[in-house]
Amino acid sequence: MRLTRRAALLGLTAAWSLGGPLGRASLALAAAPTDKRFVVVILRGALDGMAAVVPYGDPGLATWRAELIPGAPGTEDGMLDLGGFYGLHPGLAGLHTLYAAGELLPVHAVAGSYRSRSHFEAQDYLESGADHRMTSGWLNRVVSVLPVGEAGHSPGGPALAVGMAMPLLLRGPATVGSWAPQNFGTPAPDLYARLASLNEADPITGPAIREGLRERGFSTEVLSNTTVDPKQRYAFPSLAAAAGRMLAAADGPRIAALEIGGWDTHAGQAKRLNFPLQQLSTGLLALRVGLGDAWRSTAVLVMTEFGRTVRVNGTNGTDHGTGTIAFVLGGAVAGGRVMANWPGLAQANLFEDRDLQPTLDLRAVAKGLLAQHLGLPPPALARVFPDSDAASPARGLIRA
Amino acid sequence: MDTRTAHALIRFGLGRRGADPLPGDPAAWLHRQLQGPDPANFADLPATPQALSVLREQREAEKRDPNSLGRPRPVQVLFRTDAAAQLANAIDTPAPFRERLVWFWTNHFTVSLRQGGTAAVIGPFIREAIRPHVTGRFADMLLAVMRHPAMLMYLDQAGSVGPDSLAGQRQHRGLNENLARECMELHTVTPAAGYTQADVTAFARVLTGWSIELRTETPGMVFRPNAHEPGTQTVMGHEFPPGEAGGVAALMFLASYPTTHRNLAAKLVRHFVADDPPPDAVRRIEGVLRDSDGDLGAASAALIDLAQAWQPLTKLRSPQDYVIAAIRALALPDELRPDVLGVMGMLGQPLWNAPLPNGWPDRAADWAGPEELLRRADWAFGVSARAADADPVALAEANLGPLLRPATLAAMQHAGSRRDAMTLLLSSPEFMRR
Repeated sequence: MRLTRRAALLGLTAAWSLGGPLGRASLALAAAPTDKRFVVVILRGALDGMAAVVPYGDPGLATWRAELIPGAPGTEDGMLDLGGFYGLHPGLAGLHTLYAAGELLPVHAVAGSYRSRSHFEAQDYLESGADHRMTSGWLNRVVSVLPVGEAGHSPGGPALAVGMAMPLLLRGPATVGSWAPQNFGTPAPDLYARLASLNEADPITGPAIREGLRERGFSTEVLSNTTVDPKQRYAFPSLAAAAGRMLAAADGPRIAALEIGGWDTHAGQAKRLNFPLQQLSTGLLALRVGLGDAWRSTAVLVMTEFGRTVRVNGTNGTDHGTGTIAFVLGGAVAGGRVMANWPGLAQANLFEDRDLQPTLDLRAVAKGLLAQHLGLPPPALARVFPDSDAASPARGLIRA
Repeated sequence: MDTRTAHALIRFGLGRRGADPLPGDPAAWLHRQLQGPDPANFADLPATPQALSVLREQREAEKRDPNSLGRPRPVQVLFRTDAAAQLANAIDTPAPFRERLVWFWTNHFTVSLRQGGTAAVIGPFIREAIRPHVTGRFADMLLAVMRHPAMLMYLDQAGSVGPDSLAGQRQHRGLNENLARECMELHTVTPAAGYTQADVTAFARVLTGWSIELRTETPGMVFRPNAHEPGTQTVMGHEFPPGEAGGVAALMFLASYPTTHRNLAAKLVRHFVADDPPPDAVRRIEGVLRDSDGDLGAASAALIDLAQAWQPLTKLRSPQDYVIAAIRALALPDELRPDVLGVMGMLGQPLWNAPLPNGWPDRAADWAGPEELLRRADWAFGVSARAADADPVALAEANLGPLLRPATLAAMQHAGSRRDAMTLLLSSPEFMRR
């Protein structure tokens, strides 16, 4: 049976969620070569690591960005304490439950090997796993170094891109599936505008649709502006839940990549971060629910292309920076602590007098996970991350 | 298509399916659907004893080894199979009014996934306790519902023990009033009857012993004399003898109480006519129920004959009605049908998963949340991609007939693609109505 990847996986999902007459398409994925699950989440747009995991114990913090610091731990809507020096943003409350369960390991002051402050370059490098753009992504190379399963690769391969597009992270020679919910596409703003106008005079649907569009951040002006992309803002939790269910299946994929945007908080950061952080937190918990028992053998790496400036900018936001946060989480993860070689926020310690100084190479975190979780030996790690000898695998990420 | 036909198809039904032949006489077509047994055929689906056996075996297997069962687990498979079959039936049924009545009574007697571990038996519950009685006597449906393991599990009745019964004395266990209270408040007489807490407690005592037994060859409802509260109980001024028969008598009493008929009439009229049910229409249906000793077929027939039932459509389709109507309208073949179960969840009405025992709400305001309606539009956009070969304007005219507004038609004609045109149809206020 030869199906397009997307169609095949669509059929698969339909069959899982319903079975029987409404979803009779089905597909058996071949046995994957590992029972470990590995998920990478890309935060596109550069998450401010010091907003997500606030180093409130650093005396410099308030001198640079007092207006961006949430309330103290223990106060209403305040940070959630992570051991006395760091506090988790209240929007990530869901993740705090994982921290308490020892399943969340924030890794601070981390950055890729590149020093670009361009989103698009930096994302390419982040996904290439190098300081230049490659034709394949590092997670695709992980797939190619994994041993092939007994029954060979499934049509979708043992890895899966969850979302509309195949990210560079998963592009490359190894076969990889992609999956998007059947309803993932949303109308273009212009079509929203026309259906809103169609309902305008209706006493029930008119006000509701008008308000719905407003809530989704469409003002009358931006209805005709095609750059607004509502799917980025709405899809992550459901995608994550679906990814979890697919990864949990005995014959499902073992590796998946997801992404979520909304992090480029140049203005009004304190307010604008709440939504994407909640989406991220909700989505990661949904991933865990979807994984069920397989959560125990799961490790997730959440990474972003770079951090943001230590100083608040003139519009109560932050600009493109360097060092930031990464999250490692999962039932397999040795969490419940923050991993960091904290550089300090004294002016002399800032990177180029503006950014959080990175003290850990993100590749070291990824390599540590690949080594300890998926059991990749050093030669395989060298193929996944070429020229990365300087970034030796971080230790102690996975429970013994 | 004339307006009466459109109303018959949409107000009483689930929307026209593709270009199915139109009924010649809309009212007669509706009346015919009330004749005879339920036309749905679920011969392949398990009955309650089989479903309970699967549940028992799953529990035993998980007790022995929590990881012994793969996913989806057997009970989930049962649930999904039943859900898929009943949803497919709603999409394909030639008797959509009959089907609407099934879903109406299913919601009146809500059994939800949210508690009681009911997943295995909700499907059988609808097939066994609801469907056979939709055109029968309300008292028979009530009795079938209250004796069904799904309801006994959902509202905690199975563990309710008379404090002075043998089991109560020995195990120091007692009443659980949940089912008794909801039965009075929601299923039958409502607080309009003026009952007190003492009546609820007494009725809970009447129902003690109504339980389930899983450990037999044909698991199901049992009456446990050892758990039954001894003595006569007085509920709303009426005495009921001890024993299983006392519970049956109490249910018959509640089923035919005047406020029960008013409650049912108001709910039926709200569902089929208007969010604010016209009082004279309610009185009319209430009178039919009273005079026919709770004949639901007669009450349903009387709904068709209400003048108000042929006025312009004002009700907002619930997500469930909306999704089913859209799939019927697009006449999607099996292999192109979306995952209805998933869609219903996304649109805010996950199947058989109402938050509380009072079921899903039945007023436009409850379903007209901004995000909820936008999600309908988003979903409409997605599902429209599956009907790429259809002529949107012809489909709109076939589906809505005279209810299609010129503005919608014009917007569809000016749409940039068939998909956009179809999205506009499915997002139009007239398609949202029933």
